[in-house]
Amino acid sequence: MESTQQTESRIIELKPFTDEMIVNMGPQHPSTHGVLRLELRLDGEIVREAIPHIGYLHRCFEKHSENLSYPQIIPFTDRMDYVAAMNQNWGFCLAVEKLLEADETKDFEVPERAEYLRVLICELNRIASHLLSFGTYGMDIGAFTPFLYAFRDRERLLLLFEKVCGARLTYNYIRIGGVSEIIPLEPGSVAEQNYLDEIEEFLDYFEPKIDEYNDLLTSNSIFSERTMGVAVMPAEMAISYGATGPNLRGSGVDWDLRRDEPYSIYDRFEFDVPVAKDIPELGAVVGDCWSRYKVRMDEMKESVKIVRQILAEGLPDGPVMADLKAVRPPQGEIYFRSEAPRGELGFYIVSDGTPKPVRVKGRSPCFSALSALQELSRGLMVADIIAIIGSIDIVMGEVDR
Amino acid sequence: MNAEEIHQILSDKFGESVLGYDTELAGDTCIQIAPTAILEVCQYLAETDTLAFDSLMCLSGVDMGVKEEELSVVYHLYAMQHRQSIVLKTSVPKTDAHLPTVSHIWKTADWHERETYDLYGIVFEGHTDLRRILLPDDWEGYPLRKDYQEPDFYRGMRVPY
Repeated sequence: MESTQQTESRIIELKPFTDEMIVNMGPQHPSTHGVLRLELRLDGEIVREAIPHIGYLHRCFEKHSENLSYPQIIPFTDRMDYVAAMNQNWGFCLAVEKLLEADETKDFEVPERAEYLRVLICELNRIASHLLSFGTYGMDIGAFTPFLYAFRDRERLLLLFEKVCGARLTYNYIRIGGVSEIIPLEPGSVAEQNYLDEIEEFLDYFEPKIDEYNDLLTSNSIFSERTMGVAVMPAEMAISYGATGPNLRGSGVDWDLRRDEPYSIYDRFEFDVPVAKDIPELGAVVGDCWSRYKVRMDEMKESVKIVRQILAEGLPDGPVMADLKAVRPPQGEIYFRSEAPRGELGFYIVSDGTPKPVRVKGRSPCFSALSALQELSRGLMVADIIAIIGSIDIVMGEVDR
Repeated sequence: MNAEEIHQILSDKFGESVLGYDTELAGDTCIQIAPTAILEVCQYLAETDTLAFDSLMCLSGVDMGVKEEELSVVYHLYAMQHRQSIVLKTSVPKTDAHLPTVSHIWKTADWHERETYDLYGIVFEGHTDLRRILLPDDWEGYPLRKDYQEPDFYRGMRVPY
């Protein structure tokens, strides 16, 4: 009799929900790609809410810009997305050039040779940026080897950038009206030929490697279990949150500024725009973490394609800088967006006709994409948060500016 | 459709709330909207099928100078379907900077408005979570205003260097 009483008193009440716990993830956390702090409201392993706190890397880019002349701002743009600094330089220069072109009293054109060098370097930088994204994403998920492979290849690209501008990370290479001539690359010279040969050598080496990386990580079952079907961002949500670039294409929207609103000389090259598709036999859903990742892997191949076309054509002769005595855009304003590796990088510039801008705003693709995190992560597991952050590929330098 | 045609559509619909546009300045043409009508105009642009501006590319505050009495807020909109863009601009007085939020129309406006509030002190009414975003919560003043004076110390640290 006694024993039954005991078992009855042991009946415990089952609560479907435990007490909520608040955990701070970051700002110093290897998977946050910089200094991002997430305030997680957890119910066991389940994330009720993930509130991003940003600003740890705010270096007042916009305030600084108001006190600098236009060419002086370019090094500051390097420090936005320091992983793809060439593309940031270019985005800013494109916006200023667009405003300069609006001045009808002055004839201004970026030389052909500079345009080719810009596309060449920026596409190589896109590969370098996607390599970093691929490597660190693998590491976030728990695969350490891809990171080493990615950085081995990225190193070769950084050496190529170093040869053309002397810097490995913050280049200040693309200038308003052309590209920098700090290290001269004379048209038709041996140095130029050697440089182009070196790029070709890299491409020959790198192109088969993409397939190797796909074998290594993309189709890895542990990796796909962690990323496929996780945090699906439908196309409408992606557009509403202003997610752009690979994040938007990962949601199945066929949109690439290089093709749809071609700037510079992108209309002369042939390349495909990788867009995510449902792959039922694997389990991938459009808009999930894996799709966003896969778009980046495919984009590397397209960048290789563009660079190969430039190499086949050869760089045109001529100067690399426009004849520009002073950068004084006319009174007015411009918003210009370009396709950086992380999405649409916009610069909004207001000029009052003086050598210094009144207002410069950098519209960062990562800033907009990160704002979707709160909605994406609701109801998922803690480990999925890591998968989301890696898949939207943020660089905090650009989020915080 | 260019800015002129969209301006025509908007002024037919909203009358005097659409204040016109400036063709003399270089670059983009901005349509000036009265701050009281900005929400309806945005809603109309986003929800009308022939316009369908479904993407807010950028939302920024602008202070043109110390002498100006107004702050501007600029909306760069894009319609993915019709592939056209439009720039809206509205001005609010510096002493009483209030605007209705558009964060329920385009979700990206949530953070962009927080940033504009953070750096310019423009209050977006109806915003669910209007806090500072880039600066620390206890920061005083709005740094991108042209009359901003930076503090000497922040929590015991010297600010000017």
